[in-house]
Amino acid sequence: MGFFGKLKAGLEKTRKNFTEKIEQLVVGYATIDDEFLDDLEAVLLSADVGVHTTAKLMTDIKKGIKSKDINGPEDLKPFLQNKISEMLTEDSNEIKLAAAPPTVIVVVGVNGVGKTTTIGKLGQYYKEQGYKVILAAADTFRAAAIDQLEIWGTRTGSEIIKHKEGSDPAAVAFDAVQSARAKKADIVIIDTAGRLHTKSNLMEELKKIGRVTSREIPDAPHETLLVLDATTGQNAINQAKLFGEAIPLTGIVLTKLDGTAKGGVVIAIKSELNVPVKWIGVGEGAGDLRPFVPQEFAEALFGDK
Amino acid sequence: MVFEGLADKLQETFKKLRGKGKLSETDINEAMREVRMALLEADVNFKVVKDFIAKIKEKAIGQEVMQSLTPAQFVVKIVNDELTALMGGTQSRITVSSRPPTIIMLVGLQGAGKTTTAGKLAHLLKKQSKRPLLVAADIYRPAAIKQLQVLGGQLDIPVFTVDECKDAVLIAQKAVEYATSYARDTVIIDTAGRLHINEDLMQELKSIKTKVKPHEILLVVDAMTGQDSVTVAESFNKDLGLDGVILTKLDGDARGGAALSIKAVTGCPIKFTGMGEKLDALEIFHPDRMASRILGMGDVLSLIEKA
Ligand SMILES: Nc1nc2c(ncn2[C@@H]2O[C@H](COP(=O)(O)OP(=O)(O)OP(=O)(O)O)[C@@H](O)[C@H]2O)c(=O)[nH]1
Ligand SMILES: Nc1nc2c(ncn2[C@@H]2O[C@H](COP(=O)(O)OP(=O)(O)OP(=O)(O)O)[C@@H](O)[C@H]2O)c(=O)[nH]1
Ligand SMILES: [Mg+2]
Ligand SMILES: [Mg+2]
Repeated sequence: MGFFGKLKAGLEKTRKNFTEKIEQLVVGYATIDDEFLDDLEAVLLSADVGVHTTAKLMTDIKKGIKSKDINGPEDLKPFLQNKISEMLTEDSNEIKLAAAPPTVIVVVGVNGVGKTTTIGKLGQYYKEQGYKVILAAADTFRAAAIDQLEIWGTRTGSEIIKHKEGSDPAAVAFDAVQSARAKKADIVIIDTAGRLHTKSNLMEELKKIGRVTSREIPDAPHETLLVLDATTGQNAINQAKLFGEAIPLTGIVLTKLDGTAKGGVVIAIKSELNVPVKWIGVGEGAGDLRPFVPQEFAEALFGDK
Repeated sequence: MVFEGLADKLQETFKKLRGKGKLSETDINEAMREVRMALLEADVNFKVVKDFIAKIKEKAIGQEVMQSLTPAQFVVKIVNDELTALMGGTQSRITVSSRPPTIIMLVGLQGAGKTTTAGKLAHLLKKQSKRPLLVAADIYRPAAIKQLQVLGGQLDIPVFTVDECKDAVLIAQKAVEYATSYARDTVIIDTAGRLHINEDLMQELKSIKTKVKPHEILLVVDAMTGQDSVTVAESFNKDLGLDGVILTKLDGDARGGAALSIKAVTGCPIKFTGMGEKLDALEIFHPDRMASRILGMGDVLSLIEKA
């Protein structure tokens, strides 16, 4: 299955439901009735868009009906698709590299969302573009986390900087940035241990990683990516909020979109916290990472025909 | 925090109901709008919410309010009681086979916490004077076997592997033989994370089930899971016939609506909860505590208890 197919496959049921509902309704402004709007609301809720953002979108729809931008049920899908990709679009979802190498990328997130795997994939992506990549094993806590990153390093031909299990993560990050400069590497990607956003001591540790990298390179980290699992529900909003308070986030990686979950919570995060999605993960292989395209995502959320 | 203020809001809604002896339909509808929101924000599946609200309405409308409670508190009490009942009422235990070894298989999506939970379960059993054997049957994830070996090392519990073996079914079979020969009374099989729509990998689990006949197949679910938890649990249950669920990562602020959704849809009891990354952070599931967590109104509930 191709990438786009993978993304859409899981949405087939929703799409069918949605279009069927639309078809069931008679054409015309007056016929967008409460039941129709209820079903529409259910589609959004079932994609994890959340109550508040769903309510906002429903208000937009009602406004659209009043302003005659929506004249019948058939206008609703394109209207919402546009609205959602508009909400998610921003020049800031472009992936930036530092003016002078090395670019420092820190990857953070709660436990098990796919940080280490994403780093493996990023290493592959940048290597294919001809860059020299260094991976920093700053998850010194989880069992075999260093071995896992090392395997990804070997797989993608990236060098890895590691210390002993249990050592100071910030020291690993510092070491990696220094050695990137010495070895003239283009990109350093720092893996961090999974941590729940509610654990303040662990959030302090992240701040320290941020501090030591900027001691070496003043505008580093250039990217701090929060990895979110597409299966996650409304808790992702708290994750984005509290991680962002500890270390300024420049973007989101939405993983596991090859499942049936739709990751609609990123719409809420964009609208409430203004953190853009930059990458999406659609599998466990090295090639299963893609830059995020809002239109594609919005389309996949609703299906195209 | 995003959810803060919900309890306040509920209180306010309920205040309006105060002083009424009997609850009218409008009263209930208004209150239910807030409860619906609380449930959706806790990631309870929207279909489950719909059915649940309908049931509560049926129970609450026209009811005579208990003397000691305001109508508001009364509604909360009904909701809370129903939630608790829905989640299993009382604790469920793990089956122990009369002919050892007892075989436990952990399954679930990627990153849910299976490997860590395998370690935690082994630790718990060891404390109960059992002799567990951990089995590394994840042949896919980089360093998955090493991860389990590290945990086994920390716990001083043997970890069964077959070097270079690319057949998870065979590993599971050999592990059971090993357990029988070396008097290990409980076999805990860690499997690779997989998507419920991946037919090849689901087939692998079915084959393990056929060959080693586990006494317990437990689905490990991340408490932060959203609306999709129902789809996932239904698929795993359909393919494997689940005996229970373990809800992980409850040490954060996720309200854990997945628990309710899964119980409501599959009927599978939640047996344990993961409360941290450390190996002693596994607890027996308490439906009542979970209910008040999902509703996000511990304060309201303790108020009622005092009444
Ligand atoms: N299907 C699918 N699985 C993924 C994807 N990204 C990661 N995974 C899997 O998710 C699981 C967890 O991935 P990790 O990269 O170890 O996650 P992590 O965030 O580093 O985990 P911790 O370091 O323990 O917090 C692994 O089994 C990965 O193979 C994805 O896009 N799709
Ligand atoms: N905070 C917290 N973290 C947990 C809990 N259970 C597991 N984790 C963490 O979640 C991450 C993933 O756990 P694993 O045990 O590797 O998950 P898995 O299901 O085996 O992952 P795959 O094998 O890749 O599918 C790790 O960082 C664990 O430390 C828990 O109850 N609380
Ligand atoms: Mg990791
Ligand atoms: Mg595992």
